[in-house]
Amino acid sequence: MLLELSHITAAYGPVQVLEDVSLAVPDGGAVGILGANGAGKTTTLRAISGTVRVPNGTIVFDGQDIRGRRPEQVAALGIAHVPEGRGTLANLSVRDNLLVGAYLRKDRKQIEQDIDFLLDLFPNLRNRYKSNGSALSGGEQQMMAVCRAFMSKPRLLVLDEPSLGLAPSTAKDVYAAIRRLRLESGIAMLVVEQNANLAFSIVDEAVVLETGRSVLRGTTAELKGNDEIRKAYLGG
Amino acid sequence: MTTFIQLIVDGLAQGSIYAALALAIVLVNQATGLLNFSQGAMAVISAFVALTVTTALAPALGTTMAIIVAIIVAILFSFVLGGAVERLVMRRFEGGDQDTAVVATIGMLTLITGVVGVIWGYNYQQFPWFFPIAQSFMVGGIGISLWSLTTFLAIVVIMILLQLVFAKTKLGLGLRAVADNPNSAALSGLKVGRLLVVGWGLAAVLGSVAGILIAPKLQLTPTMLDSALVYALAAVVVGGLDSPIGAAIAAWGIAIVENLSAFYLPFVGNDLKVAVPFVLLVIVLVIRPQGLFGRKAVVRV
Repeated sequence: MLLELSHITAAYGPVQVLEDVSLAVPDGGAVGILGANGAGKTTTLRAISGTVRVPNGTIVFDGQDIRGRRPEQVAALGIAHVPEGRGTLANLSVRDNLLVGAYLRKDRKQIEQDIDFLLDLFPNLRNRYKSNGSALSGGEQQMMAVCRAFMSKPRLLVLDEPSLGLAPSTAKDVYAAIRRLRLESGIAMLVVEQNANLAFSIVDEAVVLETGRSVLRGTTAELKGNDEIRKAYLGG
Repeated sequence: MTTFIQLIVDGLAQGSIYAALALAIVLVNQATGLLNFSQGAMAVISAFVALTVTTALAPALGTTMAIIVAIIVAILFSFVLGGAVERLVMRRFEGGDQDTAVVATIGMLTLITGVVGVIWGYNYQQFPWFFPIAQSFMVGGIGISLWSLTTFLAIVVIMILLQLVFAKTKLGLGLRAVADNPNSAALSGLKVGRLLVVGWGLAAVLGSVAGILIAPKLQLTPTMLDSALVYALAAVVVGGLDSPIGAAIAAWGIAIVENLSAFYLPFVGNDLKVAVPFVLLVIVLVIRPQGLFGRKAVVRV
């Protein structure tokens, strides 16, 4: 397993958000986290990237326990987190946003090649290459955020609800682009998504969270066949 | 015509003082997203350190060598001072309201000015320089002060260097990213705390260079840069918070317009010329709120 969370908890001050979450992402695999608002999806991702304290449980990435590490240390290990709200660097150009993603890398030539690769995959960004991040549409910002994360050459891409705040058709475009990225690069992904249909377009398996607990896991096909899941997350 | 050109040359000299401080303010803003009102006070404390070192070493090394050593010492001192201010004071306001942090810098302005007064006193002190400050030469009937010319050139070099650092270097990219969104920058592996310390340290160095360049002309007192700070802030707002070249050009422009209007507009004269920068400020803010060279709206203060 590339990443394995075992029975982690997390709290914001006195408010316990995660009670008992376990999940695993295989090398090169794509796993979704489904659940209602407040189930702890975003907090689970923040626990992985070190932006929230995790008092209990283990988070093992590539054989080492990374629980308690700081966000920049987790990033340096090869986990790229695209946060909720995209983390756009508003006053930096698209190019600079991508270069910030590559901040820890030293292979300049390869960086330029990777930028080119991404701009081919995300042609919208090529047109806005010199614009400030704030000038981009929501969908473009989301694509830029994914590209920026990818620029760090991570082993695992962690995406927090890429469809958030996007029109349905734009959300579809974003997911199509992420799907292409996964097919082209074979990178492992952990994706939080409310819209299970969108998530199922890129993940192989998923975990369902309910009030801070991981209550169910299965392959995409299994979950699609599950009546409760269909009712709760797939619109009947 | 000669008078006109002389006024412009004098304006450039005066403007260099504002420009130096304006560049330090832009640097902190680029690196942290804040306006640092204690920038001038931090520069003054460095200038006093330089004065103390010069005075102590001059008998042994001669004035020229002593000033060079003193500048190096002051630069190192100011880097540590700037970094320490970030680590010990500003860090506590991180993640909170930016306005609170800005108010804290106003508090530091008062504190540093007071501490400098206690240590070095409030009397004017002459800062020694490499050559007599009054030294000047004539070009086509226009008097150019050697101090003004060298200071002007030094500011031009610093301005270009700063622009290059921000636009072309990895450090500049990191500083801008952290200023823009520290949490998001950390997710890309940037060491936010360290970059903030470096940003404040570099700004303090720039400020101290400004202070030392200016000190021989203005005479050193704890409040030496207080009025210059007002002009520098006006320049930063007029030129754009995110543009070193814009801020420096605005500083020169403000000083030139100030000089010209004092001479050519009888109702302004010497008494009202201090108001000129603010009239310019209001005009620019109405017409172009992001500053003449800026790319974003000034929203922070």
